Amino acid sequence: MKRFLEKAVRWLLTASGFVTSIVILLIIGFLFTEGAGLFREPVIEEGYVLALNSENPVRELNAAEIKAVFDEDVTNWKELGGADMPISTFRLEDADEHFSEEQLGAQYENAGALISGLVAANPGMVAFVPESMIPEDSGLNFIKDSSISPGEVFGGSEWFPTATPAPLFGMLPLLLGTLWVSLFAILFALPFGISIAVYMSEVASPRIRNFLKPVIELLNGIPSVVYGFFGLIVIVPMLQRVFGLPVGESGLAGSLVLAIMALPTIVTVAEDAMRNCPRTLREASLALGATKWQTIYKVVIPSSMSGIASGVVLGIGRAVGETMAVLMVTGNAAVMPHSILEPLRTIPATIAAELGEAPAGGAHYQSLFLLGVILFFITFLINLCVEFISARNKAKYN
Amino acid sequence: MEKIEARDVNFHYGSFHALKGISMEIPRNKVVAFIGPSGCGKSTFLRLFNRMNDLIPGARLDGEILIDGKNIYAPGVQVDELRKEVGMVFQRPNPFPKSIFDNVAYGLRVNGIRDKAFITHRVEEALKGAALWNEVKDKLNDSAFALSGGQQQRLCIARAMAVSPSVLLMDEPASALDPISTAKVEELICELRKEVTIVIVTHNMQQASRVSDKTAFFYMGEMVEYDDTKVIFTNPRKEATQNYITGRFG
Repeated sequence: MKRFLEKAVRWLLTASGFVTSIVILLIIGFLFTEGAGLFREPVIEEGYVLALNSENPVRELNAAEIKAVFDEDVTNWKELGGADMPISTFRLEDADEHFSEEQLGAQYENAGALISGLVAANPGMVAFVPESMIPEDSGLNFIKDSSISPGEVFGGSEWFPTATPAPLFGMLPLLLGTLWVSLFAILFALPFGISIAVYMSEVASPRIRNFLKPVIELLNGIPSVVYGFFGLIVIVPMLQRVFGLPVGESGLAGSLVLAIMALPTIVTVAEDAMRNCPRTLREASLALGATKWQTIYKVVIPSSMSGIASGVVLGIGRAVGETMAVLMVTGNAAVMPHSILEPLRTIPATIAAELGEAPAGGAHYQSLFLLGVILFFITFLINLCVEFISARNKAKYN
Repeated sequence: MEKIEARDVNFHYGSFHALKGISMEIPRNKVVAFIGPSGCGKSTFLRLFNRMNDLIPGARLDGEILIDGKNIYAPGVQVDELRKEVGMVFQRPNPFPKSIFDNVAYGLRVNGIRDKAFITHRVEEALKGAALWNEVKDKLNDSAFALSGGQQQRLCIARAMAVSPSVLLMDEPASALDPISTAKVEELICELRKEVTIVIVTHNMQQASRVSDKTAFFYMGEMVEYDDTKVIFTNPRKEATQNYITGRFG
């Protein structure tokens, strides 16, 4: 009986280990397959074509050019390598401006022929219509469609996932937004975090430490939405006043909120590391005539460096992945950040805000998974760095 | 004038009376050993000489300890200056997680010496003085943790000697070492007595008899007997001393 029980426990433990690992791998695999699907999606919305007059020599347009044409930012084919003639655009919604309801028919059954005729009559026209509508023998030219290229996604600076006819998935502004906010958050949190940790572990009397430590750990338990609320009510208006900004929701507001959120992690981990610095090392330093402060910055801090580093990395990890608080205070403008005082948008905030409106399986949906993949790689890289640093430290001192 | 002089020293840890009315004189450039069973106060007494016990909350000292005639517990004494003068080697080797060179240079650097040539020179001298130079001269930039336990302890001695103290306190410096390393440390003590006054706490009575000129026997916070080492080990006046050195208790 006893042996059977032990076997069962062993089997259970093994199974739970395997199941957990497999689930994690499945999640990562799911993320990657969904994300990679984006590169199989066509540039132009699926099932639609861009029809051109047969005299128009232009055959290829990339997503950004298509958007510029339909936003009427580009108004002459000359600018796109074509002949010198003005561009006119046509969308299916515009049909009733050109034709009456009787002409189109109750089920739009005549629309295809009518639109084909319209495009054939206007040399400068480009029409965004369903592929199925256009008759086989229309004699029109079509913009050649290709799938979305990685270059446009990773190097593109415009994020318009819902634009028609061609959505833009330039992830650079989101990536930079994330990095900026995290970087500034760490710049704020690091000096404060380390100072508080040094104060608590080296300077404060036991009574003060016993009071401070639980208070700081309490900060860890505050839900991030509450931090975001606090940021929105206090930090955003404050920044608006101090810097005279048109809107206070900015990268800086996000960084400050994140810095406050990352502080407890940095402080607790760094403080533990410093308190664990062996007493014998401190004594050795003091016995050589070093002052208390010399001992702190020449022995205690260096010898607890790996602990401090892991605290900082945990803090960065939180900052990079934090969603709610950032979503609430950064203003969420998906543009290339030029200044930390402007609204910007981070990757997690984008995923959280847009996943609900993205049709499942579509390009937008897949692009959000790709953002998840990028986020995964960032945190993975950070973890790798820590592993590397601590492994090197170990090799050096053991 | 004697190098170190303790006058009616009483020491309390909170309510525990750890040292009871100890007075003794330690002559210049001699090796004095403190022996006695665990908890007898010999380490506590040793750590009074460089005010290491200041770090313990609730500790209280009455009486005076004079080094070169000056009371080191007088108000206005700079503790870090005192500790430069009174070096210490601990029970377990405790090198810093730094290179061998940086370990030895540490004391010089924290005392404000910036002259690189001088530091290099002092490090070499100290390592030679600790009979470690030949073993480490090609790997001064390696981590101190790469050394063996015995080498680490000699490194700690070199580190303490680099700042040129006039007193060296050793708190059971060989208790964590193997016999060969112990022999090397003992040899070193005999060499170093030319430069410094050494006070050594030891559990090992053979060691005390081998390295010291004078020996003090502590028991229950009191100094039972203090005399030339030869006298203590051959013809002690107190029965407690006799019992301890012959191994009847302790």
